[in-house]
Amino acid sequence: MLITGALLIYATVDMPDWGDANSPANTHVSPRYLEKTIEETATPNAVTSVLGDYRSYDTLGETTVIFTAGVVCMLLLRRSQK
Amino acid sequence: MHVALEEVTEVISRFEDVIIQTICRLLIPPIQLFALYVIAHGHHSPGGGFQGGCILAASFILLVIAYDLQEMKRRMSEKVNIIFCSLGVIIYSGIGLLCMLLGSNYLDYGILHTILPVEPAEARSLGILGIEIGVGIAVMAVMVSIFLNIASGGEHEEAEEFKE
Repeated sequence: MLITGALLIYATVDMPDWGDANSPANTHVSPRYLEKTIEETATPNAVTSVLGDYRSYDTLGETTVIFTAGVVCMLLLRRSQK
Repeated sequence: MHVALEEVTEVISRFEDVIIQTICRLLIPPIQLFALYVIAHGHHSPGGGFQGGCILAASFILLVIAYDLQEMKRRMSEKVNIIFCSLGVIIYSGIGLLCMLLGSNYLDYGILHTILPVEPAEARSLGILGIEIGVGIAVMAVMVSIFLNIASGGEHEEAEEFKE
């Protein structure tokens, strides 16, 4: 476990700096989304279009997580009235 | 004098306050309207299903705090709450499946223009609106259900000392 942790920490050194304008995420993906979001999705809010369209699987997962949390809460706590 | 004191004690013990209840009666409709605005306008301005669902749930929680749990359950019973929980996720995945049935990828809303009288880009926008509504319903129902279960320890009744 320690070795894995050390490897992971070593790997983070190679990651781009926080807010680096030349990192791959800021030079390929973000401009592509910002430029094409009106044209492709007719949605002025780029955050929503990424969340709801380009990354909709992720949002479906989030909704399922919330649903599961509610169901588990109900299963653990709910006691039927006598 | 003795009767009046008993009345005061009863009022305090049942948490009925005319100021709080009137203010909540005035505040809850605008809160719910604002929540619906945040959900429905999420793809044009900051907002979306998660935020709007939380605001909508907050209005119901305010109702529980100002009145009592039974009053809130008269507005939205537990069965309706559970149905809403599932309905939100079903709307989301149902839109995804609808896209797949129309011959596209799962959750690829562009294909919805074949059944809607709009351009493919507009259809994507409407698809996003559809899933935001699903997310909003699910988040609202789940937040309310978690609050009710934790606040009442799963009994869905008022605590002992507040019972009549």
